[in-house]
Amino acid sequence: MNLASVLSADLPYWAQSLLRVLGGLVAVLLPAGTVVYLFLFKMMSFMQSRLGPMEAGPQGSMQLFAEVGKWLQKEDIYPARADKFIFKLAPLIVLASTFLLVVVVPFGPDALFTDFEAGVFYALAVSSVSVLGILIAGWASANKYSLLGGLRAAGQLIAYELPMVLAVVGVVIQAGTMNLQQIVVAQNADSMFGFSGLGNPYVITQFVGFIVFMIAVQAELTQTPFDMPIAESELVSGYMTEYSGFRFLIFFIGEFATAGVFSMIASVLFLGGWSVPFSWFGWTTIDSIDNWMNIVGPLILFTKMIIVVFFIMWVRFSYPRFREDQLQKFAWKVLIPVSLANIMVTAILKVAF
Amino acid sequence: MSLLGDRQQLAYIAAQAADARVNVELETEGMTLNIGPQHPATHGTLRIIARLDGEQVLWADPSCGYMHRGYEKLTEVRSYPQVTSLVNRIDWLGSFANEVPFILAAEKLMGVEAPSRAQHIRTILFELSRIANVTLFLGDLGVQLGAVTPVFFAFRDREYVLNLIEGATGGRFHPNFDRIGGLKDDLPAGFIDETRNVMKKLRGFCDQIEDLLFGNEIFQSRTRGIGVIPKDVALQYGMSGANLRASGVDWDLRRDQKLPLAYDKVDFKVITHPDGDSFARCWVRLQEVRESTRIVDQLLETIPTGPIMAKVPKIIKVPEGEAWVSTENPLGEMGYYVVSQGDMGPFRVKIRSASFNNISITPWLLKGVYVPDIITILASLYFILGDIDR
Repeated sequence: MNLASVLSADLPYWAQSLLRVLGGLVAVLLPAGTVVYLFLFKMMSFMQSRLGPMEAGPQGSMQLFAEVGKWLQKEDIYPARADKFIFKLAPLIVLASTFLLVVVVPFGPDALFTDFEAGVFYALAVSSVSVLGILIAGWASANKYSLLGGLRAAGQLIAYELPMVLAVVGVVIQAGTMNLQQIVVAQNADSMFGFSGLGNPYVITQFVGFIVFMIAVQAELTQTPFDMPIAESELVSGYMTEYSGFRFLIFFIGEFATAGVFSMIASVLFLGGWSVPFSWFGWTTIDSIDNWMNIVGPLILFTKMIIVVFFIMWVRFSYPRFREDQLQKFAWKVLIPVSLANIMVTAILKVAF
Repeated sequence: MSLLGDRQQLAYIAAQAADARVNVELETEGMTLNIGPQHPATHGTLRIIARLDGEQVLWADPSCGYMHRGYEKLTEVRSYPQVTSLVNRIDWLGSFANEVPFILAAEKLMGVEAPSRAQHIRTILFELSRIANVTLFLGDLGVQLGAVTPVFFAFRDREYVLNLIEGATGGRFHPNFDRIGGLKDDLPAGFIDETRNVMKKLRGFCDQIEDLLFGNEIFQSRTRGIGVIPKDVALQYGMSGANLRASGVDWDLRRDQKLPLAYDKVDFKVITHPDGDSFARCWVRLQEVRESTRIVDQLLETIPTGPIMAKVPKIIKVPEGEAWVSTENPLGEMGYYVVSQGDMGPFRVKIRSASFNNISITPWLLKGVYVPDIITILASLYFILGDIDR
């Protein structure tokens, strides 16, 4: 089971690696570009009764390339008192965390980068690598606003890591595995009360977990109402204040690519991932799935991702932001108890049935 | 030493004292954060020097004057009709409202009174500029608190009001329309019907903002109980306008004083709120936009016919004397103390603008709050830099 078998060909190791790298780039950059164009440009404009970008390409669809071109042309500026090496390293760490995250996402029965047994555990672990990047970006900028933003981000991301992990535990208990591929299979091969037409997407049985997970994702992505670390009206731009040009671009891609990848993980964990319910085509196990699913699977996952991102962005464009202490209180006093209760109920039901 | 130098020295001493208080228990250092002069939250060039302990403000001090344009001095070398084009630029979001008290003061000195049609139209334009001003506040409030959408609604609907003002006066931002003894022109054809439509739209905008912001739990938790100004403190700091009414003081110059404006011919409520916190200040302003649309509607019903200009000489010379006129402007009480020595222009003009007094409370108010609350409080106090620095 590897990417090469998608093409039903025996490829040498270097070609497989190259395919993986290219596939990783597509899996990170395509969602990022789609999210930015579809939601940040067009949906936001629609909500705010304006047109958004219209000039570059039909309906402004080439706007993103124009923006990237603009950012790449800009001078590489760093503050005089900045810690240069770390300052330059920070955006790369943030982006690296996104690439590490996409590694475990399954896109089809065979279309995956690695089939990792502890996939959930790994995904939640590498997602917190970005905290490191943000923290050092805030510190190395030698700017008071950046420092405040970086510290706020560190506090927030650590606080929301916990409810996220705890929300996923419910899914892990129900599926009985930490392998993301097997979680997808478990959802689609299962049935609800003997009715297998919808499979058993965990968004129904783990609804509380799904809500907690999505709120935690919102906070991990530092999107409004949890954008206190960036808070453009008070901290100018938080930890990104001193970044411009392509370093800002990397932060920007990182932000929206992570939104896409987290939404993919949410779709995998709660919405049935790349698959359709197995009963539709009479499949029973993963080995009986037809090969065309390797092409259609990524598209299904992509569609689900778009739906999930839609909700993230909808909240982002309509809510004001929490204050720092309020969002900490919300994490520790509401989300964590709720997700612990969810784990308990799930565990009891799992044993009972 | 200059005044600013003194202030900086005092600020330094205060910083040392604040640090000493913190250092007793923990080996920490405070941080001085300069919010402004270039900062998205200060809508212009206000500078707030804040000494922070972590995210908590130990003390804060506003430092203004970065945009001082010397309008009080400039009026001394202008003739009376020319002054209105200067004072337009004080509160640049509701420009027409700046002209009215000055013209009224000059009229008071000359002993002329505008005909009643002119008074009506003045009042209509006055209220339109209040609406144009406060709608932008309501949108900007969202941006300050992190919601990006309301500001676009505000700009969209403010545009209708600006179109009205442009239609009547020819200037979108700086009408320069008020004249001693009346107005420059009569209303254009179709103005009254158009205004009625726009007022309906703006009431819709108020409902929209109420849904989008004021009903939002996050907004409420960010503003309720933040920056509470008790009644007596508000009065001591000389606050005025909606900020004062939000502290529960029933005070409105539109109702409380007799001026040659048409406010006595309409029925309107003075909105007050007992809490005195940021939410109260925002809420009072929202309700005031609604009241203003009602005032405009009533004035459109009762607008009399007649001339729009009283009999005044071609070359205006104001007799010797002193006059003080203040009106309830969008930001609060705005007044002009005009001293005339019988020349073509004023000898000396003292401008009392509302924002300057309103932000003078910030050192008292910002003590002990968190950094995000600074923004909430500044946004809810609602100042305009031109109105602070003149």
